[in-house]
Amino acid sequence: MNFGKTARRGANTLLTGLVALAAAVLPQVAAAQEAVAEAANAAPVAAPATSEAAAPAAVPAAEGIARMMPEAGKGMPVEGGLGFQDQYSPIGEYALWMHDGVLLPIITVITLFVLGLMLWVIARYNRRANKVPSRTSHNTLIEVVWTLVPVLILVGIAIPSIDLLAKQFKSPPANALTVKLTGSQWFWTYSFPDNGEVEFDSKMLNIPGAPVINAGVREVGSDPSDGPSHLEVDNRLVLPVGEPIRLQVTASDVIHSFAVPALWFKLDAVPGRLNEKMIFIKEPGVYYGQCSELCGVKHGYMPIAIEARPRAEFEAWLLAKGGSFASKEKPAVAPAAAPAPADAASPAAAETAPAAGTAEQEAPAPAA
Amino acid sequence: MATTAETFQGHAEAHDHDHDHDHKPGFFARWFMSTNHKDIGTLYLIFAIFAGVIGGGISGIMRAELAEPGIQYLQWWTGFLGGNAQSFDEALHLWNVLITAHGLIMVFFMVMPAVIGGFGNWFVPLMIGAPDMAFPRMNNVSFWLTVAGFCSLMFSAFVPGGTGNGAGVGWTVYAPLSTYGSQGPAVDFAIFSLHLAGAGSILGATNFITTIFNMRAPGMTLHKMPLFVWSVLVTAFLLLLSLPVLAAAITMLITDRNFGTTFFDPAGGGDPVLYQHLFWFFGHPEVYIMILPAFGIISQIVATFSKKPVFGYLGMAYAMVAIGVVGFIVWAHHMYTTGLDVNTKMYFTAATMVIAVPTGVKIFSWIATMWGGSLEFRSPMVWALGFIFLFTVGGVTGVVLANGGVDDNLHDTYYVVGHFHYVLSLGAVTGLFAGFYYWFPKMSGRMYSEILAHVHFWIFFIGVNMIFFPMHFLGMQGMPRRYPDYAEAYAHWNHIASIGYEIMAVSIGVFFVNIVYAFVAGKKAEDNYWGEGATTLEWTLSSPPPFHQFETLPVIEDKGHH
Repeated sequence: MNFGKTARRGANTLLTGLVALAAAVLPQVAAAQEAVAEAANAAPVAAPATSEAAAPAAVPAAEGIARMMPEAGKGMPVEGGLGFQDQYSPIGEYALWMHDGVLLPIITVITLFVLGLMLWVIARYNRRANKVPSRTSHNTLIEVVWTLVPVLILVGIAIPSIDLLAKQFKSPPANALTVKLTGSQWFWTYSFPDNGEVEFDSKMLNIPGAPVINAGVREVGSDPSDGPSHLEVDNRLVLPVGEPIRLQVTASDVIHSFAVPALWFKLDAVPGRLNEKMIFIKEPGVYYGQCSELCGVKHGYMPIAIEARPRAEFEAWLLAKGGSFASKEKPAVAPAAAPAPADAASPAAAETAPAAGTAEQEAPAPAA
Repeated sequence: MATTAETFQGHAEAHDHDHDHDHKPGFFARWFMSTNHKDIGTLYLIFAIFAGVIGGGISGIMRAELAEPGIQYLQWWTGFLGGNAQSFDEALHLWNVLITAHGLIMVFFMVMPAVIGGFGNWFVPLMIGAPDMAFPRMNNVSFWLTVAGFCSLMFSAFVPGGTGNGAGVGWTVYAPLSTYGSQGPAVDFAIFSLHLAGAGSILGATNFITTIFNMRAPGMTLHKMPLFVWSVLVTAFLLLLSLPVLAAAITMLITDRNFGTTFFDPAGGGDPVLYQHLFWFFGHPEVYIMILPAFGIISQIVATFSKKPVFGYLGMAYAMVAIGVVGFIVWAHHMYTTGLDVNTKMYFTAATMVIAVPTGVKIFSWIATMWGGSLEFRSPMVWALGFIFLFTVGGVTGVVLANGGVDDNLHDTYYVVGHFHYVLSLGAVTGLFAGFYYWFPKMSGRMYSEILAHVHFWIFFIGVNMIFFPMHFLGMQGMPRRYPDYAEAYAHWNHIASIGYEIMAVSIGVFFVNIVYAFVAGKKAEDNYWGEGATTLEWTLSSPPPFHQFETLPVIEDKGHH
């Protein structure tokens, strides 16, 4: 898929302009709201002049903020692909090395070794080549070798493997952005518990020529910023690049699973359980994923689209969505200490006032 | 297997007795009220073939649908099966019903009946020199319970189960999709089918354990038993210990669905992940239940056609025991993405990798058995060689998946589908065909066409590799499982996989032609039609064996034993 070099350049110019604007107004919350309104007025004027593909009616990421253009082959599968998607997170890079550099060579050698032994045996000991069979049925040395050598190989695999797990379970810092992802039949709901009342649904765009999956949602391809069919959504989740983010995943009905292959991330969305894991996106881009736990008839039609943007752009987007940055620094101690007044659904509120009778229990990364 | 039986004296006597005793019961009593392990084995094999055709046909519909992006056939099939072809939701529900039925049928009504009920019943008593199983009538109960279970599953497809008929919850039946997520009796009937089949298997397990422990002929110590008997013994223990946990888990589903309990409902203080723990505590031993008897069959075949005893008999027997035991403590590797804590995930990663060691011992031992042998590439041996290679491929992708951190990007993708089909379709099923070609003339008294058996193998081999190898690519590229439709980028490998299915289907046609040929034009089979390499007791009997055998027990002497 070619999203147009000109369109990308135009969009980048537009975004740079917006970033500059946003950076100028951040310190004042009230002023920021007006500045976004000003940017909204400025954007449509800027757009036609700088990009051909972004028509005036282009679907925005938020009021006045243009949607990012996905890049072919980045954050999405490629036709005829033979390996993992390219990785854009530190964990993903480490895990990819673990597979491509450690596991895949080992299993290839083992398989070829077994195949080689079998071909040798077939050639050397077939009935014509070896009329009289031997009666050997024991050899203690070789039996010890073929027990110990696999053990050593497995230990060699286990060391980086356990290390990878340790890294994956590292918690984000206390003041990291928290995003809550709720799986429902059959869409995702994204919310920012520490940043105001931002909550929105994300539904797959309907597929041209196919029956409508989501009523009232447009078709994929109707906007130049749309990614591949079956993967693109109406409202993408925008996240900041280059910083650890706390993703909390739960579900409202049955089990779903939030997965983004290009970020080596997968975490089940279980009703009544709040699973939490750290994610770190290294560079801007649009990263797609799909629900990964059978959840009913439209299990195949509730994808995920993450738009990773520089921090300033992310903040502009969140503000445009109605969010706030009242408390950028959470206290370093346990969240039971004074929560910021603007926090509507922060974990602190839940801990000081146990949510009795609700279906959701908030507990970070509960033990199995 | 180096032990031979000095049964010439006893054999002649058995023949005289047989002329008096070989009167078989009338048709209805013989086939519907059987107490004969050979007949019950035959019933199981016919049943497994029948169920396999249905389960395989379902996967044909699935591969046809997945050949291209978009939904092409599900709506037609919805209408054909009595639903509303205009409803897209019903068509999508049918997809979930198909994948559920495919899994349940192949696991519970094809592989297990064939390998344990079929070959286990036929050859365990023969190999240990016993006249029948310890509980011949309970043996029959096990068979008919399995048939009843299958009927319940088939029935479930025609009653409401969500958006349309049938249970669309996956063979794993996860709550809460299978509890408050599926309205209607379909899931209840599907669960009930597992109760029935599970009960049949538990009874069968007690039957095998009792038989093997108590009814071996004089001189046949545990360490002289054929490895196939060892494999069935370990499998029986796995069944006995794991199935009750499945029974508990699915009973809790029934009560959550129908009697107001909330074991798996968070609104009532329950936990969906609890179901997964209970299910997989059964589910992991279950996969070893499916493969261990195939290991046993391969040992018999490799020894026969190498004209050598199996290398490292004790290592082989105790490797199976080790696989069975360790198989009970690795279940959560099916749950790596549910939100386990770090120590739990690390433990299960390490424990799962351990199983590769005894499995590797077996692969190398089979090769060492052939080393120095005088190999004859008759059709069972060709199938066995295919098994050894293909199971190795499936096994090593299992080592990849064992790593919890790597599994994060592979869980619930087609990589897993590729892995388990390699060890099942290309492992267990290859073992089944190997055993079929090894023992069919013994059971039926007729030889099949050796050429057709080879043609079957090669077309099957090409077909199944074409179906399942590309699935590893699809999984790494992120295609999730249990999807009826996919993004355009996944089209290439899906198309190739679907062509592979068509090739594999041709090979099954060859298989059936071969069976018909055997009955119509096949030569009569001798007692031991494989020659000097076949040293276990069934080869001392006629083909087919008399209705009752070993009423005078054979005496096992130590002849050239390792």
